[in-house]
Amino acid sequence: MLEEFHEQFNQRHQYSRDWKARNNSQVIGYLCTYFPEEIIYAAGLLPVRLLGGHEPQDVAERHIPTMFCPFSRDVLAQGLLGRYAYLDGLVDAFTCVHMRNVFGSWTLNIPLKYQYYLFTPVNVRNPRAKTYWAIQLGKFQKSLEEFTGHPISEAALDSAIQVYNHSRNLLRQIYEMRKSEAPPVTGAECMEMVVSSQVMDKQEHNQLLEKALVELNSRKDNRQTGVRLMLIGSENDDTEFVRMIESLGSTVVSDDHCTGSRYFWNEVVPGKDRLLSISSRYMDRPPCPQKDVEDIRFRFLHIKQLAQDYNVQGAILVQQKFCSPHELDFPALKAFLQEEMNIPSLFLEVDVTIPLGQFRTRVEAFLEMLQLQLV
Amino acid sequence: MIKLHQTKQLQMWQKAKELRLKYFKEVQTAKEQGKTLVLVDSGSFIELPAGLGGYACLEGHPYGATVGMDLDFARECAEATEARGYARDLCVYTRNFWGSMFLNRYYFGGEFPKPDFTIKRSLCDTESKWLQVCCEHFHIPSFYIDFPLYPDSRTDKEDIDYLATQMNDCIEWMEKITHKEYDDEQLVRAARNEFRTTSLWAEICALNKAVPAPLDQKTIYTLYFPTVVSRYQDETVHFYEELLAEVKDRVANNIAALATERCRLWDDGIPPWYFLRLYRYLESYGAVVLGSIYTYTLHGAWADQTDGSWGRARTPEERGMPMKTREDALRALSLWYLEKPIYQGMCLPVSKNKQLLRIIKEWHIDGTMMHLNRGCEGLVLGQMENRLALLKEHNPVTIYEGNSADKREFDESQVMDRLDAFMESLGMKKLDS
Repeated sequence: MLEEFHEQFNQRHQYSRDWKARNNSQVIGYLCTYFPEEIIYAAGLLPVRLLGGHEPQDVAERHIPTMFCPFSRDVLAQGLLGRYAYLDGLVDAFTCVHMRNVFGSWTLNIPLKYQYYLFTPVNVRNPRAKTYWAIQLGKFQKSLEEFTGHPISEAALDSAIQVYNHSRNLLRQIYEMRKSEAPPVTGAECMEMVVSSQVMDKQEHNQLLEKALVELNSRKDNRQTGVRLMLIGSENDDTEFVRMIESLGSTVVSDDHCTGSRYFWNEVVPGKDRLLSISSRYMDRPPCPQKDVEDIRFRFLHIKQLAQDYNVQGAILVQQKFCSPHELDFPALKAFLQEEMNIPSLFLEVDVTIPLGQFRTRVEAFLEMLQLQLV
Repeated sequence: MIKLHQTKQLQMWQKAKELRLKYFKEVQTAKEQGKTLVLVDSGSFIELPAGLGGYACLEGHPYGATVGMDLDFARECAEATEARGYARDLCVYTRNFWGSMFLNRYYFGGEFPKPDFTIKRSLCDTESKWLQVCCEHFHIPSFYIDFPLYPDSRTDKEDIDYLATQMNDCIEWMEKITHKEYDDEQLVRAARNEFRTTSLWAEICALNKAVPAPLDQKTIYTLYFPTVVSRYQDETVHFYEELLAEVKDRVANNIAALATERCRLWDDGIPPWYFLRLYRYLESYGAVVLGSIYTYTLHGAWADQTDGSWGRARTPEERGMPMKTREDALRALSLWYLEKPIYQGMCLPVSKNKQLLRIIKEWHIDGTMMHLNRGCEGLVLGQMENRLALLKEHNPVTIYEGNSADKREFDESQVMDRLDAFMESLGMKKLDS
């Protein structure tokens, strides 16, 4: 059953095309998980997160120079190569400069029926941010209504919120299982669950999650947990890389990734003002470094809580090369993990394709060091 | 035989240099003089502390750039930052600033001045994290003003409300942490100066449409500096009033920045500060570089004129906005900041495409050179799309890679070769050949 997530993710383009045909509707791509998908879903459209293809390419450099993160160039390349030809629209929230570059180039070079740029507060803890962003969400809703020609009713918003909250709740339940001494699910499997949820109709994905929960509750295998690791860092959807780590005597029991817990950790608290409720959810979610700008580093506190709850013994810090928000956080985070929590960490800088052999050696050495410490 | 234009040295240039040095000294001696020292990024909201009385603003960007001109000190700073685990590809101004701070050496002498607090904002990924690290280093508090960044001049009521109320929150916060009573009249005065300075600067830059051009980019780098660091001060307004008069006189009398002007170039991005002689080198072709969006609009206030051209924006008071109370000043400042064209270009490339195409037409530009500056991703955003947009309209463009304040990432001979090739492609030969 869990292979289904792997399959769905790998077949994501075909899935979107089929979904369009089945539902006689349209697909909207989004570039960052700070975009409020619920509103797109409430309009009867399929929100799909754009992700890289992990294949060498030579088409993006004409538009985005190599000083920007490889993920952003990979995503744009996927668009330029026609992999996302089925997209009807593209939207972007104001987050990192790298993904805004993708949006800027995509909208200038690839035909779209619809596009929307949504300013999103940087200081999400600013007490005025939620109300202001709710107004911006209202403008986005109006724009979407004009695009589809149909109003988005309160009932549709309620339904979308309910579907998305259910997804978040199911993923939290699965993550909860990872706290156990012998987690029944691996980090690679969890990552596949999360990234597949970003490219599928949430209602259909929820059905898969429900089945997975049942299976995991009775799953029995002889897999040794080994060292309990946490993955922390920028966008990372390379499940083969996670599999490699877990093949070396470790289990990834927790993460702070936008392809992991940061995506779904908190739910929308329903209220009379739906847009304010959605706004609050995104402002309150575990922050990306780009949004963690206060004197107190709330992101670190969240990571600390996760590390404690999941009994983490070591952390692998994964960063897309040139990802400035994470580059700016890592030195302080590495010190925080070591000094505040006595958690050693290994820093790995990744590109579109990962040098698996070289990384294997480094991870092996890191795990050996941890095993010695744990003994 | 090439026609020579009349030329003479700009009288205000020396004054501009004095103002620059005065600024850095003010920062250095702020504490001795009993002034509040406020740390900011690249000069937003530097008027806000005015109501506290005497103060100076330590601005990250100009300091990082200045350090970058001293190759040895810049290398020491970069290495001090990198030794703490920070990546070499981060914003170079940040690395230079942090390095100087970690080494506790202020470029103009003595220890690195400790600010009292910071006012943060974020137009790129770096600015707010930059100051976050500074706050941790100095154990000082910060206030964050969230700046709505849009690809167009968006000044809806809610955007102005959002910015103005945050500024008011910041004022109340400053009162609380400094235990000083805030004088709204000083704020109004500082805001008026801000409007006047930035409007004057745009008016001066618009005069560079004239042929021959009265100003060149290398001189402009010195002239624009007070708009960045002290535009809220009376002295700065007076400086630009005098400069405007002088530049007007130069235009009226056809006094050129470059006597041999026969090719007009546009610049894009932040220059390699340690290699400004590239502008002098281009003069050997009779090429004058007229300016850049960076120098013209970082703190220049621009607007469409009635004849469709680009010129200075009318100040809020000229538009009939009241300027008596704190609320008046904050709303006017919000509007002013939200209208800034450079921020629109930093949002999406489509905005800067339009700006560049109109500049090329109005300033009679023959070619554009773009610095793909590895030291500032915020201003490189969309630059390749800007290039494509210019080429699509048959405007010659060349790109050179480098780093504005880290010479380790600058290949001088390669850049010179590229510029030579570009000038040849424009049909230009060196004047002495």
